[in-house]
Amino acid sequence: MITFDTDPSRYRHWKLSFEGRIATLALDVAEDGGLKPGYKLKLNSYDLGVDIELHDALQRIRFEHPEVATVVVTSAKERMFCSGANIYMLGLSSHAWKVNFCKFTNETRNGIEEASAHSGLKFVAAVNGACAGGGYELALACDEIVMVDDRSSTVSLPEVPLLGVLPGTGGLTRLVDKRHVRRDLADVFCTTAEGVRADRAKAWGLVDHVAVPARFRERTLQRAEALAAASDRPADATGIELTPLDRVLDDAGYHYGHVDVAIDRAVRTATITVRAPAAAGPADVAGILAEGARWWPLAMARELDDAILLLRANETGIGTLVLKTEGDAAHVLAADAALAAHANHWFVRETLNMLRRTLRRLDVSSRSLFAVIEPGSCFAGTLLELALASDRSFMLALEDGANDGPQLRLGAMNFGPLTMVNGLTRLEGRFAGDAAPVAALANRQGEVLDAQAALDAGLITFAPDDLDWEDEVRLAIEERTSLSPDALTGMEASLRFGGAETMATKVFGRLSAWQNWIFNRPNAVGEKGALKLFGSGTKAAFDWERV
Amino acid sequence: MAIDYTSRIPNNVDLSDNRTLQRALEHWQPAFLEWWKELGPSDFNASEVFLRTATSVDAKGWATYGEVKMPDYRWGIFLADRDEARTIGFGDEYGKPAWQQVPGEHRSTLRRLIVTQGDTEPASVEQQRLLGLTAPSLYDLRNLFQVNVEEGRHLWAMVYLLHAYFGRDGREEAEELLHRHSGDADKPRILGTFNEPISDWLSFFMFTYFTDRDGKYQLKSLAESAFDPLARTCSFMLTEEAHHMFVGETGIARIIRRTLEVMKEVGDDPEAVRRAGAIDLPTLQRYMNFWFTSSLDLFGADISSNAASYFANGIKGRPDEERYEDHLALDQTYSLELPDAAGGVRTDEVPMRNAMNEVMRQAYVKDCEIGVVRWNRLIARAGVDFEVKLPSPRFRRTIGSWANQFIDPSGRPMSAEAWMARQNDWLPTEADRAFVHSLMHRVTEPGKMAGWIAPPDRGINNLPVEYEYVRLN
Repeated sequence: MITFDTDPSRYRHWKLSFEGRIATLALDVAEDGGLKPGYKLKLNSYDLGVDIELHDALQRIRFEHPEVATVVVTSAKERMFCSGANIYMLGLSSHAWKVNFCKFTNETRNGIEEASAHSGLKFVAAVNGACAGGGYELALACDEIVMVDDRSSTVSLPEVPLLGVLPGTGGLTRLVDKRHVRRDLADVFCTTAEGVRADRAKAWGLVDHVAVPARFRERTLQRAEALAAASDRPADATGIELTPLDRVLDDAGYHYGHVDVAIDRAVRTATITVRAPAAAGPADVAGILAEGARWWPLAMARELDDAILLLRANETGIGTLVLKTEGDAAHVLAADAALAAHANHWFVRETLNMLRRTLRRLDVSSRSLFAVIEPGSCFAGTLLELALASDRSFMLALEDGANDGPQLRLGAMNFGPLTMVNGLTRLEGRFAGDAAPVAALANRQGEVLDAQAALDAGLITFAPDDLDWEDEVRLAIEERTSLSPDALTGMEASLRFGGAETMATKVFGRLSAWQNWIFNRPNAVGEKGALKLFGSGTKAAFDWERV
Repeated sequence: MAIDYTSRIPNNVDLSDNRTLQRALEHWQPAFLEWWKELGPSDFNASEVFLRTATSVDAKGWATYGEVKMPDYRWGIFLADRDEARTIGFGDEYGKPAWQQVPGEHRSTLRRLIVTQGDTEPASVEQQRLLGLTAPSLYDLRNLFQVNVEEGRHLWAMVYLLHAYFGRDGREEAEELLHRHSGDADKPRILGTFNEPISDWLSFFMFTYFTDRDGKYQLKSLAESAFDPLARTCSFMLTEEAHHMFVGETGIARIIRRTLEVMKEVGDDPEAVRRAGAIDLPTLQRYMNFWFTSSLDLFGADISSNAASYFANGIKGRPDEERYEDHLALDQTYSLELPDAAGGVRTDEVPMRNAMNEVMRQAYVKDCEIGVVRWNRLIARAGVDFEVKLPSPRFRRTIGSWANQFIDPSGRPMSAEAWMARQNDWLPTEADRAFVHSLMHRVTEPGKMAGWIAPPDRGINNLPVEYEYVRLN
């Protein structure tokens, strides 16, 4: 089973060091440290294992090192920054593995940009040598790229000419959407396997700064310090240790303190139940800091995040996630109130960012999401987002006057902080650009909504009564799980993200979709496909038909 | 201004009728001369050197001797004669006509190979630029300069290809070849070995014997290329490269001869040999261990996807490809010995195409043995009980499966601590280098040799050893 657990003492591929307000993440991949057998991680190339460490390192910096304002991403190897995802690993991997790997790496890189936008944490890529494919895409995710000008190192995106696939970790999108590289120059760049040296990279806008080797460290540091100076991360705060997750894994599923996953392999569903905090929790910063990683919003988000990752990596056959909540809605809203009241405090802000990322991870999961809203549930505020993230929601309607039926409650968290990757709140996305219902709902924060009210307000899909409930829910799930998983993935991804495109939606939508199509085509993965034959000494043979 | 291209730049590529090439070279040639004057053997720009100049590719023209000042050397452009019927000799395109133009799909790969090869040529001139100040004789000084101008000509050969076949990119790359400098931390030469200065003549002879021999094998494999102009260029370069290795082999032989003479007088004790001003055989062995192993790394990884794709595409073949029966090497495997986790050796069957670097390395090792056998004959004839040996190709590697393993020169694995403790027995120490440096004094009287090296058997082009091969002016 693949897990995502690691900590800096166990890193094999990254060196994480701190000096004042600057953290340095140096890639130093252990060739023999591949996650699976059959390939060697040569030339600082990466697989999921390397990226799991990167993801963990970013989390540590966010939470354990609030004093860090700038992260320098570089390599500990000489004249080799990173040569991207390991090609032999991709060649050996199943389609599903490749897609899931790309999704996780994309999320991690998006996370870098989100940290820059929301955390005051800036990133400088210090490209100290050859930088190819996924290596350059990692650099692209940073705020600034400093490149060594030694007259021979190049940056490149060689996927198209060498491998017959795309730079699918945001490369194509960020070239034009983020760095505004002119499209004809981008075309030349993306078809030149060897890439371009520093002078041209600078002229074309592929990097921000170039420096000769003797001045490279100094230039990098200078940029890192300049970015750090503008950061509002606290120089003197003490970090919150991310303790190992409280988790039990068994055949029946994954069991955490606040989250439980019950896997039903016969029906191909997993039921994720998120529990409210047992008490209202601390309202002041001191209390929040005292709880640290045990503070419910953070603990719950970390558990939910882990559960989603484990399901994606290990349970590809589980196509439908049934989302449930359990506990006292008032406690959820109290935690939300603390989040809102201290949103400017670095730790609260990081927790909020973590919640946002986790919910986004849910949004972009290629699983059907059904919310099942039953008595005893607490879909309020932050947890209401689970229902709003779902493709459909079912809420039990009891007859009028019954006061033990399930209830929804809107809160501040539903109206701004927890946006999806398209930059909209789930409510804004739900009403497809119609501002009126969202504005109306904003006035009903705190109001207790029973099934009928929720149905009338457009917050849920169905409200079966107690006589129909079991059959309705069962039939809906059975029907869903009988449909083509591929068609569902495409349909859900299209319907979930209404509104205008953002860079992230393009990466997860357009770029990933094309990439995943190419990953399935004979020209890439057939017996004579370019990806399949890379490095074998046999030339790819293409079917020249344009599709 | 009309330039007489044929006399200024000897060539067999119709330079006087090729406007594109003229334009490119008009720009590049002055830059090259600037580079030579600045980073070549610059203390000798005014000296008259008895040099061989190639003025055509036939037997009469390839070796024209005369006194010349190096900046006035006529660096020419020569390709071996074209065989109209030549077909591709290996890989997936086997049997099809050789390419007279660069196919678009292989353009960047070919350019990269030519640039990497081309980069080593001026690099070695830069590495050796101060050796002239400590030459053990005028004969050796002249040989150094012959090597230098020919490395310069090899640069011209690669630049010709870049100019003639790679358009604007090619011209830019040609300029870059002059902008990168050996040992310059800010713009180093592409391959690491070529950034180490060569500051003593023992290293120079080792370099010309071992490292230039890597060059020979690279050129031999490029001489098989489906890209005909590259193949023909490299074929002609090989004739010159042979002289460089001659300098290395005879240089080491002369050192050994001198050492044996001294040993006859002072006995076998290395310290006594040193005190008598000669290089003791154990020191020579340590230098050999160093240069042989660093040259082995230049062949690249022993399992290589690049090598496989070069072979598949007809870009770079095996040296002497015609000796092989199967030119496709599709279903063959190569038994490659690799270190296993337990400190032993395991054998992997790898696809032949991926093992091409190793195939070439094996051929190289065999070729290196020839000189070693000759040197040992000298030693045996002198009745001295010592044998120089090539170390195991697994010793002190930094590239390939044996990289960073702790293996002694006989090929036995050992612990890191044990290896560290013994490395001074195997590789030149600081004290060795200091000693060798202490011997490096300039000898300028014609026919005289420094005390650590014997005179050569004969001079250049039938001239006596006493001839004044360099007029220092």
